Amino acid sequence: MKEFLQQPWPWYVAGALIGLIVPILLLLGNKHFGISANLRHACAACFPAGINFFQYNWKKESWNLFFVGGILIGAMIAAFGIPDPNPILVHPELVNELKDYGITDYSSMVPTELVSWDSFFSARGLVMMIGGGFLVGFGSRYAGGCTSGHAIMGLANLQWPSLVATCCFMAGGFLMANLILPFIMKL
Amino acid sequence: MNHSQTEIVTDFEVRSLDTMCINESEQQHPWWYNFKYLAVGILFGIVFVKAEIISWFRMQEMFRFQSFHMYGVIGTAVVVAAISIALIKKFKVQTIHGEDIHFTPKKFNKGQIIGGLIFGLGWALTGACPGPIFAQIGMGITVMIVVLLSAIAGTWVYGYFRDRLPH
Repeated sequence: MKEFLQQPWPWYVAGALIGLIVPILLLLGNKHFGISANLRHACAACFPAGINFFQYNWKKESWNLFFVGGILIGAMIAAFGIPDPNPILVHPELVNELKDYGITDYSSMVPTELVSWDSFFSARGLVMMIGGGFLVGFGSRYAGGCTSGHAIMGLANLQWPSLVATCCFMAGGFLMANLILPFIMKL
Repeated sequence: MNHSQTEIVTDFEVRSLDTMCINESEQQHPWWYNFKYLAVGILFGIVFVKAEIISWFRMQEMFRFQSFHMYGVIGTAVVVAAISIALIKKFKVQTIHGEDIHFTPKKFNKGQIIGGLIFGLGWALTGACPGPIFAQIGMGITVMIVVLLSAIAGTWVYGYFRDRLPH
Protein backbone atom coordinates (compact mmCIF):
# COMPACT_ATOMS: atom_id res chain seq x y z
CA MET A 1 0.00 0.00 0.00
CA LYS A 2 2.74 2.41 0.96
CA GLU A 3 4.69 1.66 -2.21
CA PHE A 4 1.54 2.22 -4.21
CA LEU A 5 1.11 5.65 -2.64
CA GLN A 6 4.78 6.57 -3.00
CA GLN A 7 4.88 6.50 -6.79
CA PRO A 8 3.76 9.67 -8.63
CA TRP A 9 -0.02 9.83 -8.86
CA PRO A 10 -1.59 9.94 -12.37
CA TRP A 11 -3.22 13.11 -13.66
CA TYR A 12 -6.79 11.77 -13.57
CA VAL A 13 -6.56 10.91 -9.87
CA ALA A 14 -5.06 14.29 -8.98
CA GLY A 15 -7.46 16.18 -11.26
CA ALA A 16 -10.54 14.46 -9.84
CA LEU A 17 -9.44 15.08 -6.23
CA ILE A 18 -8.72 18.76 -6.92
CA GLY A 19 -12.04 19.11 -8.73
CA LEU A 20 -13.83 17.68 -5.67
CA ILE A 21 -12.31 20.38 -3.45
CA VAL A 22 -14.65 22.90 -5.12
CA PRO A 23 -17.95 21.29 -4.00
CA ILE A 24 -16.44 20.27 -0.64
CA LEU A 25 -15.63 23.90 0.21
CA LEU A 26 -19.08 25.01 -0.96
CA LEU A 27 -20.83 22.33 1.09
CA LEU A 28 -18.73 22.90 4.20
CA GLY A 29 -19.64 26.57 4.39
CA ASN A 30 -20.25 28.42 1.11
CA LYS A 31 -16.55 29.00 0.52
CA HIS A 32 -15.20 29.65 -2.95
CA PHE A 33 -11.99 27.92 -3.98
CA GLY A 34 -9.18 30.41 -4.60
CA ILE A 35 -5.75 30.71 -3.10
CA SER A 36 -4.20 33.99 -4.25
CA ALA A 37 -6.72 35.91 -2.11
CA ASN A 38 -4.62 34.86 0.87
CA LEU A 39 -1.82 37.13 -0.31
CA ARG A 40 -4.29 40.00 -0.10
CA HIS A 41 -5.49 38.91 3.34
CA ALA A 42 -1.85 38.93 4.46
CA CYS A 43 -1.57 42.54 3.29
CA ALA A 44 -4.88 43.47 4.93
CA ALA A 45 -3.82 41.84 8.19
CA CYS A 46 -0.21 43.03 8.38
CA PHE A 47 0.28 46.23 6.37
CA PRO A 48 -3.05 47.78 5.27
CA ALA A 49 -1.33 51.24 5.26
CA GLY A 50 -4.65 53.05 4.78
CA ILE A 51 -5.04 51.60 1.26
CA ASN A 52 -8.72 51.20 0.38
CA PHE A 53 -8.19 47.82 -1.25
CA PHE A 54 -6.93 46.40 2.06
CA GLN A 55 -9.63 47.94 4.29
CA TYR A 56 -11.95 45.02 4.97
CA ASN A 57 -12.62 42.49 7.66
CA TRP A 58 -9.96 39.93 6.69
CA LYS A 59 -10.90 37.82 9.74
CA LYS A 60 -14.08 36.85 7.88
CA GLU A 61 -11.80 35.22 5.29
CA SER A 62 -9.56 33.50 7.81
CA TRP A 63 -10.96 30.11 6.69
CA ASN A 64 -8.72 30.51 3.62
CA LEU A 65 -5.62 30.99 5.78
CA PHE A 66 -6.48 27.71 7.54
CA PHE A 67 -6.86 26.15 4.08
CA VAL A 68 -3.35 27.17 2.95
CA GLY A 69 -1.99 26.15 6.34
CA GLY A 70 -3.44 22.74 5.52
CA ILE A 71 -1.67 22.72 2.12
CA LEU A 72 1.62 23.33 3.93
CA ILE A 73 1.00 20.47 6.39
CA GLY A 74 -0.27 18.14 3.64
CA ALA A 75 2.85 18.74 1.56
CA MET A 76 4.97 17.99 4.63
CA ILE A 77 3.10 14.70 5.19
CA ALA A 78 3.48 13.67 1.54
CA ALA A 79 7.15 14.66 1.27
CA PHE A 80 8.29 13.01 4.50
CA GLY A 81 5.62 10.31 5.01
CA ILE A 82 5.19 8.83 1.52
CA PRO A 83 8.20 10.20 -0.42
CA ASP A 84 8.97 9.11 -3.97
CA PRO A 85 12.55 7.81 -3.81
CA ASN A 86 13.14 8.21 -7.57
CA PRO A 87 14.22 11.42 -9.32
CA ILE A 88 11.49 13.17 -11.29
CA LEU A 89 11.09 11.91 -14.89
CA VAL A 90 11.32 14.80 -17.32
CA HIS A 91 10.90 14.98 -21.11
CA PRO A 92 14.31 14.35 -22.78
CA GLU A 93 14.12 17.57 -24.83
CA LEU A 94 13.70 19.59 -21.66
CA VAL A 95 16.59 17.71 -20.03
CA ASN A 96 18.77 18.67 -23.02
CA GLU A 97 17.72 22.29 -22.92
CA LEU A 98 18.25 22.60 -19.17
CA LYS A 99 21.69 20.94 -19.42
CA ASP A 100 22.84 23.94 -21.45
CA TYR A 101 21.88 26.15 -18.52
CA GLY A 102 23.78 23.96 -16.07
CA ILE A 103 20.67 22.35 -14.58
CA THR A 104 21.19 18.63 -13.99
CA ASP A 105 19.77 18.00 -10.51
CA TYR A 106 16.33 16.32 -10.64
CA SER A 107 16.19 15.21 -7.01
CA SER A 108 13.85 18.01 -5.90
CA MET A 109 10.61 19.57 -7.15
CA VAL A 110 12.61 22.67 -8.07
CA PRO A 111 15.96 22.93 -9.86
CA THR A 112 18.34 23.35 -6.94
CA GLU A 113 20.85 25.16 -9.19
CA LEU A 114 18.29 27.98 -9.52
CA VAL A 115 15.99 27.89 -6.52
CA SER A 116 18.01 27.53 -3.33
CA TRP A 117 19.59 29.71 -0.66
CA ASP A 118 22.95 29.23 -2.44
CA SER A 119 21.68 30.73 -5.69
CA PHE A 120 19.89 33.49 -3.81
CA PHE A 121 22.76 35.91 -4.46
CA SER A 122 23.18 34.99 -8.14
CA ALA A 123 21.57 37.29 -10.73
CA ARG A 124 19.34 34.62 -12.24
CA GLY A 125 18.32 33.21 -8.87
CA LEU A 126 17.33 36.68 -7.71
CA VAL A 127 15.35 37.41 -10.88
CA MET A 128 13.54 34.08 -10.60
CA MET A 129 12.68 34.20 -6.92
CA ILE A 130 12.14 37.91 -6.21
CA GLY A 131 11.03 38.88 -9.73
CA GLY A 132 8.91 35.80 -10.32
CA GLY A 133 7.24 36.02 -6.93
CA PHE A 134 6.44 39.68 -7.47
CA LEU A 135 4.85 39.00 -10.88
CA VAL A 136 2.76 36.17 -9.41
CA GLY A 137 1.46 38.37 -6.58
CA PHE A 138 0.88 41.49 -8.67
CA GLY A 139 -0.58 39.65 -11.67
CA SER A 140 -2.92 37.35 -9.79
CA ARG A 141 -4.55 40.20 -7.90
CA TYR A 142 -4.72 42.40 -11.00
CA ALA A 143 -6.39 39.49 -12.84
CA GLY A 144 -8.71 38.88 -9.88
CA GLY A 145 -7.52 35.34 -9.19
CA CYS A 146 -4.95 32.69 -9.99
CA THR A 147 -5.07 29.16 -11.33
CA SER A 148 -7.43 28.00 -8.59
CA GLY A 149 -9.84 30.95 -8.65
CA HIS A 150 -10.01 31.51 -12.41
CA ALA A 151 -8.81 28.37 -14.19
CA ILE A 152 -10.64 25.92 -11.91
CA MET A 153 -13.40 27.68 -9.91
CA GLY A 154 -14.17 30.30 -12.58
CA LEU A 155 -14.19 27.94 -15.56
CA ALA A 156 -16.23 25.35 -13.66
CA ASN A 157 -18.80 28.04 -12.87
CA LEU A 158 -18.84 28.95 -16.61
CA GLN A 159 -17.59 32.51 -16.10
CA TRP A 160 -16.27 33.77 -19.43
CA PRO A 161 -14.01 36.43 -17.83
CA SER A 162 -12.23 33.51 -16.17
CA LEU A 163 -11.69 31.92 -19.58
CA VAL A 164 -10.10 35.18 -20.76
CA ALA A 165 -7.89 35.21 -17.66
CA THR A 166 -6.91 31.54 -18.08
CA CYS A 167 -5.95 32.09 -21.74
CA CYS A 168 -3.81 35.07 -20.69
CA PHE A 169 -2.14 32.99 -17.92
CA MET A 170 -1.17 30.43 -20.55
CA ALA A 171 -0.06 33.09 -23.06
CA GLY A 172 2.17 34.72 -20.44
CA GLY A 173 3.56 31.31 -19.53
CA PHE A 174 4.39 30.39 -23.14
CA LEU A 175 6.07 33.74 -23.61
CA MET A 176 8.20 33.36 -20.50
CA ALA A 177 9.14 29.69 -20.90
CA ASN A 178 10.04 29.86 -24.60
CA LEU A 179 11.22 33.41 -25.28
CA ILE A 180 12.29 35.17 -22.07
CA LEU A 181 13.56 32.36 -19.83
CA PRO A 182 16.51 31.49 -22.12
CA PHE A 183 17.87 35.03 -21.58
CA ILE A 184 17.32 34.92 -17.81
CA MET A 185 19.12 31.57 -17.67
CA LYS A 186 22.22 33.13 -19.21
CA LEU A 187 22.44 35.85 -16.53
CA MET B 1 -28.98 47.33 13.35
CA ASN B 2 -29.37 49.46 10.24
CA HIS B 3 -25.88 50.82 10.66
CA SER B 4 -24.24 47.43 11.04
CA GLN B 5 -26.23 46.16 8.06
CA THR B 6 -24.72 48.79 5.74
CA GLU B 7 -21.30 48.13 7.19
CA ILE B 8 -21.53 44.43 6.31
CA VAL B 9 -22.57 45.27 2.75
CA THR B 10 -19.70 47.69 2.14
CA ASP B 11 -17.20 45.32 3.73
CA PHE B 12 -18.43 42.57 1.41
CA GLU B 13 -18.03 44.93 -1.55
CA VAL B 14 -14.42 45.68 -0.68
CA ARG B 15 -13.68 42.02 0.05
CA SER B 16 -15.13 40.89 -3.27
CA LEU B 17 -13.11 43.44 -5.32
CA ASP B 18 -10.77 41.77 -7.78
CA THR B 19 -11.17 38.36 -6.26
CA MET B 20 -12.90 35.14 -7.21
CA CYS B 21 -12.91 33.63 -3.78
CA ILE B 22 -14.96 35.18 -1.07
CA ASN B 23 -16.63 33.92 2.02
CA GLU B 24 -20.29 33.94 1.01
CA SER B 25 -21.53 32.61 4.32
CA GLU B 26 -23.59 34.92 6.52
CA GLN B 27 -23.41 32.53 9.44
CA GLN B 28 -21.22 33.06 12.48
CA HIS B 29 -19.24 30.10 13.75
CA PRO B 30 -16.61 29.70 16.46
CA TRP B 31 -13.08 30.05 15.05
CA TRP B 32 -12.24 26.38 15.48
CA TYR B 33 -14.82 25.50 12.80
CA ASN B 34 -12.05 26.61 10.44
CA PHE B 35 -10.19 23.37 11.15
CA LYS B 36 -12.43 21.65 8.59
CA TYR B 37 -10.78 23.84 5.94
CA LEU B 38 -7.39 22.89 7.32
CA ALA B 39 -8.32 19.25 6.74
CA VAL B 40 -9.33 19.94 3.11
CA GLY B 41 -6.06 21.85 2.68
CA ILE B 42 -4.07 18.85 3.93
CA LEU B 43 -5.69 16.67 1.26
CA PHE B 44 -4.87 19.29 -1.36
CA GLY B 45 -1.24 19.55 -0.18
CA ILE B 46 -0.76 15.78 -0.44
CA VAL B 47 -2.18 15.76 -4.00
CA PHE B 48 0.06 18.70 -4.94
CA VAL B 49 3.19 16.79 -3.96
CA LYS B 50 2.22 13.29 -5.08
CA ALA B 51 1.04 14.36 -8.54
CA GLU B 52 4.12 16.62 -8.97
CA ILE B 53 1.86 19.60 -9.65
CA ILE B 54 4.28 21.73 -7.66
CA SER B 55 7.26 20.74 -9.79
CA TRP B 56 9.05 23.50 -11.69
CA PHE B 57 9.92 20.88 -14.33
CA ARG B 58 6.26 19.94 -14.93
CA MET B 59 5.41 23.63 -15.51
CA GLN B 60 8.24 23.98 -18.03
CA GLU B 61 6.99 20.85 -19.84
CA MET B 62 3.45 22.24 -19.90
CA PHE B 63 4.52 25.55 -21.45
CA ARG B 64 6.58 23.70 -24.07
CA PHE B 65 3.81 21.19 -24.94
CA GLN B 66 6.13 18.37 -23.90
CA SER B 67 3.74 16.70 -21.48
CA PHE B 68 0.00 16.20 -21.14
CA HIS B 69 0.20 15.83 -17.34
CA MET B 70 -0.74 19.37 -16.24
CA TYR B 71 -3.40 19.76 -18.93
CA GLY B 72 -4.88 16.48 -17.74
CA VAL B 73 -4.86 17.58 -14.10
CA ILE B 74 -6.43 21.00 -14.72
CA GLY B 75 -8.87 19.66 -17.33
CA THR B 76 -10.13 16.85 -15.08
CA ALA B 77 -10.42 19.25 -12.15
CA VAL B 78 -12.52 21.69 -14.19
CA VAL B 79 -14.84 18.94 -15.46
CA VAL B 80 -15.36 17.40 -12.00
CA ALA B 81 -15.91 20.85 -10.43
CA ALA B 82 -18.28 21.94 -13.24
CA ILE B 83 -20.45 18.82 -12.84
CA SER B 84 -20.51 19.34 -9.06
CA ILE B 85 -21.53 23.00 -9.38
CA ALA B 86 -24.23 22.13 -11.94
CA LEU B 87 -25.64 19.51 -9.54
CA ILE B 88 -25.53 21.94 -6.61
CA LYS B 89 -27.43 24.54 -8.65
CA LYS B 90 -29.95 22.08 -10.12
CA PHE B 91 -30.86 20.46 -6.81
CA LYS B 92 -30.41 23.65 -4.77
CA VAL B 93 -28.11 21.77 -2.42
CA GLN B 94 -27.45 23.52 0.90
CA THR B 95 -24.33 23.63 3.04
CA ILE B 96 -23.96 21.21 5.95
CA HIS B 97 -25.19 24.11 8.13
CA GLY B 98 -28.38 24.48 6.08
CA GLU B 99 -27.42 27.64 4.22
CA ASP B 100 -28.17 28.26 0.54
CA ILE B 101 -25.09 28.11 -1.67
CA HIS B 102 -24.44 31.38 -3.51
CA PHE B 103 -22.50 32.18 -6.67
CA THR B 104 -21.48 35.66 -7.71
CA PRO B 105 -21.05 36.25 -11.45
CA LYS B 106 -17.67 37.71 -12.38
CA LYS B 107 -17.53 40.98 -14.31
CA PHE B 108 -15.04 41.36 -17.11
CA ASN B 109 -12.35 44.02 -16.84
CA LYS B 110 -9.01 44.67 -18.54
CA GLY B 111 -7.23 43.34 -15.48
CA GLN B 112 -8.04 39.80 -16.53
CA ILE B 113 -5.98 40.39 -19.68
CA ILE B 114 -3.10 42.54 -18.40
CA GLY B 115 -2.92 40.95 -14.97
CA GLY B 116 -3.40 37.51 -16.52
CA LEU B 117 -0.38 37.99 -18.79
CA ILE B 118 1.74 39.28 -15.87
CA PHE B 119 0.68 36.31 -13.73
CA GLY B 120 1.54 33.90 -16.57
CA LEU B 121 5.05 35.33 -16.83
CA GLY B 122 5.57 34.83 -13.11
CA TRP B 123 4.01 31.36 -13.16
CA ALA B 124 6.46 30.05 -15.78
CA LEU B 125 9.40 31.82 -14.13
CA THR B 126 8.94 30.53 -10.58
CA GLY B 127 7.19 27.35 -11.73
CA ALA B 128 4.66 27.93 -8.99
CA CYS B 129 1.30 29.60 -8.63
CA PRO B 130 0.25 30.72 -5.14
CA GLY B 131 -0.97 27.29 -3.90
CA PRO B 132 2.19 25.36 -4.80
CA ILE B 133 4.35 28.02 -3.11
CA PHE B 134 2.82 26.99 0.23
CA ALA B 135 3.26 23.31 -0.62
CA GLN B 136 6.92 23.79 -1.55
CA ILE B 137 7.60 25.55 1.74
CA GLY B 138 5.86 22.66 3.50
CA MET B 139 8.04 20.05 1.81
CA GLY B 140 11.13 21.83 3.06
CA ILE B 141 12.13 24.12 0.18
CA THR B 142 12.49 26.99 2.64
CA VAL B 143 13.84 29.47 0.08
CA MET B 144 10.28 29.62 -1.32
CA ILE B 145 9.48 31.79 1.71
CA VAL B 146 11.33 34.54 -0.21
CA VAL B 147 9.06 33.94 -3.24
CA LEU B 148 5.99 34.07 -0.98
CA LEU B 149 7.09 37.35 0.62
CA SER B 150 7.81 38.78 -2.82
CA ALA B 151 4.34 37.70 -4.00
CA ILE B 152 2.76 39.41 -0.97
CA ALA B 153 4.80 42.53 -1.84
CA GLY B 154 3.50 42.32 -5.43
CA THR B 155 -0.07 42.13 -4.16
CA TRP B 156 0.54 45.13 -1.91
CA VAL B 157 2.02 47.19 -4.76
CA TYR B 158 -1.03 46.30 -6.87
CA GLY B 159 -3.31 47.52 -4.06
CA TYR B 160 -1.29 50.74 -3.80
CA PHE B 161 -1.51 51.55 -7.53
CA ARG B 162 -4.93 49.97 -8.14
CA ASP B 163 -6.77 53.25 -8.77
CA ARG B 164 -4.22 54.34 -11.38
CA LEU B 165 -4.17 51.05 -13.32
CA PRO B 166 -6.49 50.40 -16.31
CA HIS B 167 -9.42 48.17 -15.34
